[in-house]
Amino acid sequence: MYEPDNDDAASLIHYLLYLGDNALVLSQRNSAWCGHGPVLEQDIAITNISLDLIGQARSFYQYAASLEGKEVTEDTLAYLRGERAYYNCLLLELPNGDWGHTILRQFFFSVFQQQLYKQLLPSKDSTIAAIAEKSLKEVAYHVRWSSEWVIRLGDGTEESQARMEKALVALWAYTGEFFQPAEYELAAAREGIGPVVAALQPGWWQQVQEVLAEATLQAPEQGKTWMQTGGKTGRHTEHMGYLLAEMQYLQRAYPGATW
Amino acid sequence: MSVQELEQLFQAKVDQEIKIEPKDWMPDAYRKTLVRQISQHAHSEIVGMLPEGNWISRAPTLKRKAILLAKVQDEAGHGLYLYSAVETLGTTRNQTIEDLHSGKAKYSSIFNYPTLTWADIGAVGWLVDGAAILNQVMLCRTSYGPYARAMVRICKEESFHQRQGFDILLQLSQGTPEQKAMCQDAINRWWWPSLMMFGPKDGESTHSDQSMTWKIKRKSNDELRQQFVDMIVEQAKILHMTLPDPELKWNEARGHYDFGEIDWVEFWNVVKGNGPCNKERLQARRDAWEEGAWVREAAAAHAAKRKDRQAQQVA
Ligand SMILES: [Fe+2]
Ligand SMILES: [Fe+2]
Repeated sequence: MYEPDNDDAASLIHYLLYLGDNALVLSQRNSAWCGHGPVLEQDIAITNISLDLIGQARSFYQYAASLEGKEVTEDTLAYLRGERAYYNCLLLELPNGDWGHTILRQFFFSVFQQQLYKQLLPSKDSTIAAIAEKSLKEVAYHVRWSSEWVIRLGDGTEESQARMEKALVALWAYTGEFFQPAEYELAAAREGIGPVVAALQPGWWQQVQEVLAEATLQAPEQGKTWMQTGGKTGRHTEHMGYLLAEMQYLQRAYPGATW
Repeated sequence: MSVQELEQLFQAKVDQEIKIEPKDWMPDAYRKTLVRQISQHAHSEIVGMLPEGNWISRAPTLKRKAILLAKVQDEAGHGLYLYSAVETLGTTRNQTIEDLHSGKAKYSSIFNYPTLTWADIGAVGWLVDGAAILNQVMLCRTSYGPYARAMVRICKEESFHQRQGFDILLQLSQGTPEQKAMCQDAINRWWWPSLMMFGPKDGESTHSDQSMTWKIKRKSNDELRQQFVDMIVEQAKILHMTLPDPELKWNEARGHYDFGEIDWVEFWNVVKGNGPCNKERLQARRDAWEEGAWVREAAAAHAAKRKDRQAQQVA
């Protein structure tokens, strides 16, 4: 197992929190569809994805907690950090919007996650590599499912196409953050723990373009959009505080209780 | 064969415990009763997702959140099996769902009560899934094959749900004074509505006798209710919680627990739409359906385009 020294340990923990937060925050958003999906089979599918993501988050948090030691657990990490100590990408905390928004976000993120996890397989940190390997099977399904839905909705009816175009405009500016490294990602790359994230962009773009083309959706022009960033360093949208307030309510209201 | 002969043959099969299958001849009234009952059951699974879904975003630990998500998802799966069972009787899923949305079809009244605290998620699992299990275990032997088979799959998952609900309460019952109070409060609110789940008293239940003859049902409402009370009283002891019924006591002669009278005025009011959440529940289902219309239309349109393209390629 990889044994970090102190500074490296803090950076590794940040990196793990980033990976976990991405998964947990999107899981939290997707789970709001449970019981409200457009058709029963898809209600089940999005809940499945939510379940996969919460499982991934727990793996990363459990590992981070084991490095932190003391009284830290997966739950203190999830429930007792404020918004400035959450490192997820902004895209994932945005409100669900309609089914088209939810699908497109899932697609953007899952394609990114697949690229990232593939590059975590050769990680020097065997725990991270193992989590990535286990999660990749799930992510492959998320990519397939969300790609199919992007295509269906893009190349569906006039209305569905218009809705997807709207979603594309709304979400595109949040995709650049995937590839702009935070300090802990740079450190992870230096240590051979994680990939150089900027290098993931071409592969991501390639796959996104292909699916958008099949969906008869106009791909945004590269480099033309100002990209929103900040989530990776704890500078979030206004939505984040509400997301956490809701999610953390019981742990905050009854400090120290066991559930 | 005359209708009488067909009916005799049908009843003989039922009496011999031979399952009735979709292609078999069956009396119209049997088919109608089944469609009504199975679709009501399906709707209960789906509407039942709402009160519990209400706590997914606020579940207190990641593990509890994952368990709750999986549980509510199971209920969606139960709904699917049951809608499929209704389809074997010649009624499409869309028609069945429209009947729910128009108010023509009913669902279990229990889901018209609100889940106010986290302890309610425990109480629902323990009491509501607990009551549902007794009904569903009986239905595993119901005379209509597809319904019975759906029930066998469902029952396996329901027993998990009940244990998980009980486990939530067990944790609370061993927790802080506030958690204990939360636990007791939830039990107090869910106890009577759970007893109501078994329906009106025997003799006041409109469809009961015929359903017993057809072996759609195999136990009466009151028999099932008694079985439930006997089971829950024992489990409540492990929680060190009380059930809100001063008349609850062991009756040596009957070998069962006696219990107090259900508030039938409340029961009928909730059935008629006056429960605390009737309107919200139905509205939530209608909203999901209406807001999903463009998605279903797009999926259908895309599938049609695909088919066309394939046909062109072949030609
Ligand atoms: Fe169920
Ligand atoms: Fe259940």
